[in-house]
Amino acid sequence: MNILDRYDAMEYGPAPEARNEADAWLAARDFGRALFIGGDWKAASGGKTFETSEPSSGKLLANVSDANAVDIDAAVAAATKALPKWSAASGYQRAKVLYAIGRAMQRHQRLFAVLETIDNGKPIRESRDIDVPLAIRHFIHHAGWAQALDRDFAGHKGVGVVGQIIPWNFPLLMLAWKIAPALAAGCTVVLKPAEFTPLTAILFAEICERAGVPKGVVNIVQGGPEAGVAIVNHPGTQKIAFTGSSEVGKIIRKATAGSGKKLSLELGGKSAFIVFEDADLDSAVEGLVDGIWFNQGQVCCAGSRLLVQEGIADALIAKVKTRMSRLRVGSPLDKNTDIGPLVDLTQLDRVKGLVAEGARQGAVCWQPDAALPSSGYYHLPTLATGVSPANILAQEEVFGPVLATMTFRNTEEAIELANNTRYGLAASVWSENVNLALHVAPQLKAGVVWVNGTNMFDAACGFGGYRESGFGREGGREGMFEYLTAKLPLGPVIKPATTSAQPVEQPDGDTIDRTAKLFIGGKQVRPDGNYSLAIATAKGKLAGEVGLGSRKDIRDAVSAARGAKAWPEATAYNRSQVLYYLAENLSGRAGEFAARLTELTGATPKAAREEVEQSLERLFLYAGLADKFEGRVHQPPARAVTLALHEPVGVVGIVAPDSSPLLGLISLVAPALAMGNTVVAVPSERYPLLATDLYQVIEYSDIPSGAINIVTGRSAELAGVLAKHDDVDGLWVFADAETCAKAEAESIGNLKRVWSGNGRSLDWASDEAAGDAFLRRAVEVKNVWVPYGD
Amino acid sequence: MSSTIREADVGSSKVTPLPARAAANTAVPPDHRIARNPGMKLDLGFMESVRSVNRSALERRVASLTKRRSIKADNQAAWLLRAVACMDLTTLNSNDTEERVRRLCAKAINPFRRDIVEGLGISGETIRPAAVCVYHPFVTTAVDAVRGTGIHVAAVSTAFPHGLAPLSTRLQEIEASVRDGADEIDVVIPRGLVFGAKWRELYNEIVSMRAACGDAHLKVILGTGDLATLRNVMLASMVAMMAGADFIKTSTGKESVNATLPVGLAMVRAIRAYFEETGYLIGFKPAGGISTAKASLDWLVLMKEELGRPWLEPDLFRFGASSLLTDIERQLEHHLTGHYSANHRHAMA
Repeated sequence: MNILDRYDAMEYGPAPEARNEADAWLAARDFGRALFIGGDWKAASGGKTFETSEPSSGKLLANVSDANAVDIDAAVAAATKALPKWSAASGYQRAKVLYAIGRAMQRHQRLFAVLETIDNGKPIRESRDIDVPLAIRHFIHHAGWAQALDRDFAGHKGVGVVGQIIPWNFPLLMLAWKIAPALAAGCTVVLKPAEFTPLTAILFAEICERAGVPKGVVNIVQGGPEAGVAIVNHPGTQKIAFTGSSEVGKIIRKATAGSGKKLSLELGGKSAFIVFEDADLDSAVEGLVDGIWFNQGQVCCAGSRLLVQEGIADALIAKVKTRMSRLRVGSPLDKNTDIGPLVDLTQLDRVKGLVAEGARQGAVCWQPDAALPSSGYYHLPTLATGVSPANILAQEEVFGPVLATMTFRNTEEAIELANNTRYGLAASVWSENVNLALHVAPQLKAGVVWVNGTNMFDAACGFGGYRESGFGREGGREGMFEYLTAKLPLGPVIKPATTSAQPVEQPDGDTIDRTAKLFIGGKQVRPDGNYSLAIATAKGKLAGEVGLGSRKDIRDAVSAARGAKAWPEATAYNRSQVLYYLAENLSGRAGEFAARLTELTGATPKAAREEVEQSLERLFLYAGLADKFEGRVHQPPARAVTLALHEPVGVVGIVAPDSSPLLGLISLVAPALAMGNTVVAVPSERYPLLATDLYQVIEYSDIPSGAINIVTGRSAELAGVLAKHDDVDGLWVFADAETCAKAEAESIGNLKRVWSGNGRSLDWASDEAAGDAFLRRAVEVKNVWVPYGD
Repeated sequence: MSSTIREADVGSSKVTPLPARAAANTAVPPDHRIARNPGMKLDLGFMESVRSVNRSALERRVASLTKRRSIKADNQAAWLLRAVACMDLTTLNSNDTEERVRRLCAKAINPFRRDIVEGLGISGETIRPAAVCVYHPFVTTAVDAVRGTGIHVAAVSTAFPHGLAPLSTRLQEIEASVRDGADEIDVVIPRGLVFGAKWRELYNEIVSMRAACGDAHLKVILGTGDLATLRNVMLASMVAMMAGADFIKTSTGKESVNATLPVGLAMVRAIRAYFEETGYLIGFKPAGGISTAKASLDWLVLMKEELGRPWLEPDLFRFGASSLLTDIERQLEHHLTGHYSANHRHAMA
């Protein structure tokens, strides 16, 4: 083709990125010694290797050491050995190391990008302009957190040795998201990259060697499921951070139950991309390109569900199709490629299977007329229209370049459709009307909401999910907390309740019989099973009988809590006043409650009065903080504000301890209520009358029906019911160790956020048993990105 | 090439194809027909439907657009030649003289050194700027100088660059330039009409300008650097096209902000919306500040990605430029020799 032919054709032609440096790097390495443990390069102790190949050709790239449990043991030992010195290093020292890593990565930026593209198949444009710069930004940003730790996170320290498991879709970026905050917090890490994509982590380990990272602070172990299981189950790790599928996330949640390990999970998604009729449609189309056709759609937060307002649906779909036909599918190393191959044949088969099934279920699947390269795991960008909410393409995470489209009639329906999913990772809202966009954003159950944008990420902004998309945040101040721990004042070990101790002795006196029922939906109701539980005084006499709550009562209570919209929607000032009023009303009956405490627990009158007084003080504290525990405004390096909103977790189950039965209950319920959660509380099993006595106080205090529900009965049993209830968003359990562990293990149905005392109570009277540590657990941080400019 | 925007679509019932204009460049496909935009009534409802322009999103689009496409080697040379073919080689200085304009025309007629033409193997085609663009007093000079070459003569008009003379004066200026032989007229809009949302008045003015042009093609300069928002750019673009513009053009080159890619993106999207509504293909001319070969490639990529192949022809795309040509020559020499060139090695305009 001569120049005049090209002048007529005006095609782009090939623009291959050179790969010779990357090939030279590959050729010069012994991947049979690819485990970076304690600063040394080691072969897998079992001598095994796994293959990593190039998705664009299927060609073998390397045989990489495959770690087993022994290797993980060694890595955890190295991390443990390095921990004391690293965690004791000054923030400035750690900042210097993080900064050096960032700068060293910058110096080898192109090698990282080319290696990533060769190993993963993502277009070089993305690895070069997005993945690698963001990874670098993460380290440099977190250098600052290392030094600001004492100032911004007073009372916190690094959690210890951290096990981290990352996926193959953003190998280097996910590594950065994991390692940077851990090092800033003073943790040491054992990180396992995905088997499909081990290479950039190896280059990163080399950078660590050169950047002065002390030996053992960063350990990178290549391997498969065996290595992953060993990391998760290793008694020497104090925290597990995982990014990957919801399925594996649930396995990890179950495996770590009762271990006391801190856990953060960043899992799958089926994120909504909502286009309102007043949106800039051409820009929304580009948003879809950045949303679902970014990284071949292999993005956990991909905008894979397009919800479009009916009036503009045809126009938008036409634009989307035109744009799709301009997407260039081809070699990922070509600078003009928009869509590369999927990472592996198994992924390609999976995506094809889902598209076929979606079509069988009635979706109309459209693909542009484009040729695919002859080798490699390519899949054409696909648009599915006529997708019903029940269609597999609307329900399941495809993890491929497949967009499912639905229409909506009005804002309310848009929100309903967007939230009609088990996931809750991200959402995009497109509208030129700031009133509409900021009306919708808080109503979406998603950890990240982009207004007129999509897939915006930054180290200063939190990222993470609601619901089964996992918990914990990565990035920003909220992300740092995942690697920090604050000491709470421990209370006594909680022993399992004995069910046999039925009091026999009838009380003296001649009072009118009182029936303590359950408190559900603002009403005192009889337990569904119509059994009662006798409650003894300290002296073993019958103090009264309370309803024996069962799974059906929990069901009703959760349903009432879910339906109590008035409380989460109330202004913080309003909630504040109601909590003050609750304190006021309780104060009016302080003597009665003190007497009850003495009667039931045998506390001295002075101690009992003290507990009531502390309960009042705590109520006052959270009433006052209701409108003060605010979110932040992050400053990403873009013309945008990112609003880190504190939103209520939702319906929170609370299983309160026997110790300090009034103060303990209030210490847990008050922060949850203050932040706008609705509560299903299971009070102390031994002293529930303190809670049932509260019914009237609550009724007098203007708390909306259903905001607080109380179910008395067997704590362990009811905790289990709450754990298994998939409409409960959070669960706080202060019970015996077995009950706590079970609650964690059984929470996997919907991955509710569980906070357990691991068999210990707290010293509720301590000032440390109150404040931010509680409020943080009572909120989800939602990052709403609002780019601006006119 | 786009699946929806292609020449064949022009054959729809809404369009009466006109004979092709004599093109300056013979590389135009013989079947390339641009039906002249007859304009339409001022439709405020249509304008309302396109007024959503999100600046941040447009900025992100152009930022990634220029990174998503890379043109290398022989293709790059071909694309740079295309930039030359789509060029209005311009001199618009208050100290212009007839001699200066003759020199410009001579450069337009003979833009490349002989060794470059031979080295690239393009002697079989005549690749040269589509037009020269001058102030009114130099139209006759330019017409004489380029006679017989197929190069168009464009005159900036209507009290360029501000557009603030009485309408009658401005229309007379158009008529005078047309009389002198200009076959393309670049008019400016009074920017105040946009700020005042006086769309009817703006529309009426442009309609009269179009009438004054007769067969000469009308390019409407929006002065985008003055318009403040991309929404204003979009709305002014729509009014200009509805009033019968053959081209819409970004800038005079005299505003403090010249042609930028986000502005260009807003305008080409306006062109697309107008095409989808009416079936007519409107041309686009970014002007001002486009002085490097690399920048010209960015603009060509923008046209190809957003509008498609038809908009890479001089019928539908022009650069308003002066120093760009020399930079392209230097790049072409580098392409041939591997040596970086110097300005003085190429004949000046």
